[in-house]
Amino acid sequence: MARDRNIFARLWRRWDTRLCLLIIAVYCFAAAYGEIVYQAARVTDRTPGYNVVHETSRYVPPAFVRVFSHAPRPAGQPIYPLGSDNLGRDVLQRLVQGARIAFHVGIITSLIAIPLGVILGSLGGYFGGRVDSVVVWLCATVASMPGLLFILAIAMVVGQGLLGVYLGIGLTTWVNVCRNVRGEVMKHRGRAYVQAAQVLGYSHARIMFRHILPNVTHIILIAFSIRFPSSVATEVFISFLGIGVQGEPSWGIMINNARLRLWQGVWWEMAFVTLAIFALVLAFNHLADALRDLLDPALRTEQE
Amino acid sequence: MEIVPTTFGVLMLTFLLFYVVGGSPAEVVLGKNATAEALAAFDARYGYDKPLFCGNWTGIRALGATARAKLEKRGATGLCRLPIAYALPAGEYRVNAGRVLLGLRESATGAADEALVDGPAPLTFAVREGWTAVSLDVGNSLPATLRLEKKSGGLCDSQFVHYVASLLRGDLGLSTEHNLPVSRVLKGGVGPSLALTVPILVCGTLLAVMLGLLCAAWRGGLADKAVLILSTVLMSVNYVVWVLAGQFLLAFKLRLFPIWGFESAAYLVLPVLIGIVSGLGRDVRFFRAAILDEVYKPYVRTAQAKGLSGSRIMICHVLRNSLIPIVTYVSLSIPFLFTGSLMLESFFGIPGLGNVSLNAIHSSDMAVVRAVVILGALLYQGVNLLTDLCYAWLDPRVRLR
Repeated sequence: MARDRNIFARLWRRWDTRLCLLIIAVYCFAAAYGEIVYQAARVTDRTPGYNVVHETSRYVPPAFVRVFSHAPRPAGQPIYPLGSDNLGRDVLQRLVQGARIAFHVGIITSLIAIPLGVILGSLGGYFGGRVDSVVVWLCATVASMPGLLFILAIAMVVGQGLLGVYLGIGLTTWVNVCRNVRGEVMKHRGRAYVQAAQVLGYSHARIMFRHILPNVTHIILIAFSIRFPSSVATEVFISFLGIGVQGEPSWGIMINNARLRLWQGVWWEMAFVTLAIFALVLAFNHLADALRDLLDPALRTEQE
Repeated sequence: MEIVPTTFGVLMLTFLLFYVVGGSPAEVVLGKNATAEALAAFDARYGYDKPLFCGNWTGIRALGATARAKLEKRGATGLCRLPIAYALPAGEYRVNAGRVLLGLRESATGAADEALVDGPAPLTFAVREGWTAVSLDVGNSLPATLRLEKKSGGLCDSQFVHYVASLLRGDLGLSTEHNLPVSRVLKGGVGPSLALTVPILVCGTLLAVMLGLLCAAWRGGLADKAVLILSTVLMSVNYVVWVLAGQFLLAFKLRLFPIWGFESAAYLVLPVLIGIVSGLGRDVRFFRAAILDEVYKPYVRTAQAKGLSGSRIMICHVLRNSLIPIVTYVSLSIPFLFTGSLMLESFFGIPGLGNVSLNAIHSSDMAVVRAVVILGALLYQGVNLLTDLCYAWLDPRVRLR
């Protein structure tokens, strides 16, 4: 995988993409830490830190605000780096849990959508003919469903909770992956190396997945970088509407909590959740642009 | 004419989602504590008691499938009593056992009767009109799991056939929440949705195309880079945040717009504004790329060599030629004009289809959600067809076969 390392090096060399990679790395660590906290609380059967309720310290402003106002911290009150919410829970810890859920959603929906798209796209592009028509038909059918509403309907039918979100997003967003992979595999089908492999008598599956697939990995990489932020954004939306995650601090649920208090001047929860989503999605979007510029030869020739 | 198989696919997919995966709508609507009899009555009323695709027999809620081990032998007859949840109404039934003793009761008079049916394993028996079967004893060669099924109207009298047939008739079913035909529930929502979404589409597209043209004209320049960065930033702000921030800052803090309601045009300004801004980033990027595809082509150089002004080249030559991707892109959002915007409508109190479908999702009103999904998908098919016709008009090289 020399080519991949090369791509990473090229992304690292530019300051803007390096910043994106760093931001994503921070979120990765946050999500991993959140997972550890979550699992530890589950194993020891204790209330996890992000769910500990402090009735006496509700709506505490972020700690750095106190630095400016020089007001002393009341005795017995925990330190809230980013403030506390309506039940006195730590916003920072809940944000970290939100990152955990966002990564779950981004990765698991990709694990559903990308293999589905790659397999169907390879089959359609490689065999052509009737197989291809079936693949095209499937794509056209799913593509004609009204996006968000269809996802919500799947989430509703499967049942509220993360599973519905995973399936809803995963089963509707494979179409683009499938179309791109299909187009690329079609280009490769007539190439000499594929003909050589066919003459050698290799099986279709081996040619498709051992010979052609390594040549179209860049499409998968681009697809992942585009899908990840959009599925995170969709999850926020679904959870915000109360159909997605239940009882866990997803970013969407935090926004929904913070929404009502915003009118009373409790700005911190809303501001930090918004900022957290924004930074992650922006980093991924920018990285996706850079990846596309680097990896998509059609675009590259045009820009140079 | 690929529209026919795709439409069939859409019907199949919605059917699979709402009828097969969705489980029983009766349980969703009536709740977990409903009796089997109430559930069965609900099924019969809305046609959910038929087989899914085809078949003569369907399992019923009175018994479904029960393991033999749970049954007890009754002393005198040596038969086992089936634990049926409610008295079976008139109709033909099938049970996979060798001998059946029916305890019958006439509904009108309360008169009791018994009937014994004997024969090889899957036994068919009928309950006459006006009678119900209150008890069911079976014996002889009992299988490991017992099944009690009811005969349906015929091989094709299935939920799928019914579903397609009623859609063809324009019947979208009954809304379980409003107890009204779905078409009546949806009819009132189309107008407000269009009042919201059409201005968003028109203004948003015009603005984005103009910005895209400017970017392409000054490609590589400071303005181009600024717009590009700004649109990536705009694209990364979550939709939920746009709506909440717009409502809080512009309507509540600055009091520029009414906060909530649907009384005059003034109530629509803020939602339309939010709708435009939230889609602007993505649109500008797309249109810029579509226009840039054309900018490097030789005919542009020819036009420049002729001494035409830059603005004339961009508008008359480049824009005309990049209309195909632009029209495709815009046409894809036309179905959503009708289905409305979920967030904007519910947050600004606009009684459109988005609001209706969101409420339906919250109250598990399957029929309404299903109808909106199908309408959206069918509109998409129609718009696709229109787009193909549009290509032929825009680009004389494209011929319709």
